[in-house]
Amino acid sequence: MDDLYRDYILEHYRAPHNFGTLEHPDAAYEGYNPLCGDRITMMLAIDDAGQTEIISDVAFTGRGCAISQASASLLTDRIKGKPLEEVARIGRADVLEELGIEISPARLKCALLSLDTLQKALDGRVAWVADTGAGAAGEAAP
Amino acid sequence: MAIGVRGSTAAAGRAALVSEPLDPQLIRRDFPIFERDFGGRTLAYLDSAATSQKPRQVIEAVDAYYSRYAANVHRGIYAIGEQATAAYEGARAKVARFINASDAREIVFVRNATEAINLVAYAWGRKHIGRGDVIVLTELEHHSNLVPWQILAQEKDADLEFVPIDDAGRLRLDVYEVLLRTRPKLVAFTHVSNGIGTINPAREMIEQAHRAGALVLVDGAQAAPHLPVDVQALGADVYVFSGHKALGPTGSGVLWARRELLEAMPPFLGGGEMIREVHLRRTEYNDVPWKFEAGTPDIAAAIGLGAAVDYLTAIGMERVRAHEHVLTTYALETLLREVPGITIYGPPTADERGGVVTFNLPDIHPHDVATLLDREAVAIRAGHHCTMPLHERLGLDASARASFNVYSTTDDIDRLAAGLAHVRQVFSR
Repeated sequence: MDDLYRDYILEHYRAPHNFGTLEHPDAAYEGYNPLCGDRITMMLAIDDAGQTEIISDVAFTGRGCAISQASASLLTDRIKGKPLEEVARIGRADVLEELGIEISPARLKCALLSLDTLQKALDGRVAWVADTGAGAAGEAAP
Repeated sequence: MAIGVRGSTAAAGRAALVSEPLDPQLIRRDFPIFERDFGGRTLAYLDSAATSQKPRQVIEAVDAYYSRYAANVHRGIYAIGEQATAAYEGARAKVARFINASDAREIVFVRNATEAINLVAYAWGRKHIGRGDVIVLTELEHHSNLVPWQILAQEKDADLEFVPIDDAGRLRLDVYEVLLRTRPKLVAFTHVSNGIGTINPAREMIEQAHRAGALVLVDGAQAAPHLPVDVQALGADVYVFSGHKALGPTGSGVLWARRELLEAMPPFLGGGEMIREVHLRRTEYNDVPWKFEAGTPDIAAAIGLGAAVDYLTAIGMERVRAHEHVLTTYALETLLREVPGITIYGPPTADERGGVVTFNLPDIHPHDVATLLDREAVAIRAGHHCTMPLHERLGLDASARASFNVYSTTDDIDRLAAGLAHVRQVFSR
């Protein structure tokens, strides 16, 4: 019955990966969910020495519910060390799939706050190719 | 009208009910939502501060308008047009009696309390508030009694001042007195806090504000549905509430203001209904309250609200308040006893608070609390409840809130307490 709060979700909530700040981020954004008051600040270090730009480091801070914090923890794991062009293909469906739990429409904004924050942080640097509009899992109710 | 006394005669039922405490089990039989099955359980609806459930009597009144006499008001020279007008104006008279307005023409039908406050901010505010004028509000206000004044103050270069709260969530009346020395043009405050339940000493605050020369608007959204309100005894200039929180349909709301004030106020929306005569370059406005009811109103909602206040009046607002007082005391005691670590915000006893209990569990976000409770068909509110400044003052991002109404029971609160114990279990594994 509590399939939403599986052990790994709670583990990420209690001890989120990549939690903290970067001293000299190349990109940063504070995302906010006005419905529940969740806040996530994401900071990114971008290595552009090579042929492709790479997210060499990422950190986030914030307060929020288990779903938004676990989602940020999983997402930052996923993008660390990845080329920007690969990160640009991450969409809502990917984030929800990685969370691996049924998210009700009312909680979709919690689950997607981290992706939304990442996209805003990288705005102008990448052209997002994935579903940034109405997501594959359905748009959250307004 | 018989309230929760089906099976007995209405008169006998009413007589028996007058002095006795209200029986929520009888009341619940009038509310179809409690017949719905939620996975083998009934709904424990603890979000009445957001909106109330509706009794059959209200639903039937709305249905009767749409199925038997749907027509516009104040226009049709035919039977159902006249019937619709009589029902709509009849609802106005019922609402007037409900809050003891001296005249039904002091009642303006609006969509909700938010629209009522915006109407006053626009119509009265734009005429009377100027540069450097002071408007006194409080830290307890719902966004609907804050944002319209911010917009007005920005436009007019006026100043907003705020009565702070103490740590128990009571208004600092000593600071209020000091703020009144700035000779504010307007004082606007909530009668009962939707955020933490505080009942403010409205009559005393109004009297003080009047002595300082201010006009007073009271936001009664969490008061009118839950305790006896007498606008004449309170002495307010403007009193507003939402019908949908008072067992009425969504789309029903009430603006009450003293007749002279309404008459002196310019209109809010222009259009049909609010006019007496229109020429290409000038218009003569209708009398109050119709001057403020441009366009076809939500007729069904107003008629439904009339049925809702009939329902509440038949119960008696003293008994509604007594019932919620009992529930609030029960909730405060039960939650503090059964839920280790819980923090409850607001005044410590039910004497000082309406049927609103706002709380947090340590290290668990209220959204997660609400999601887990929802799986047990316990509906609470999680978030900032449209009181972000209050949450900032309390040092919170969000909180969880349980709120009551006539149909709420101690069983609802027991299910909440059990649900919270389960939430703690899930998060501590």
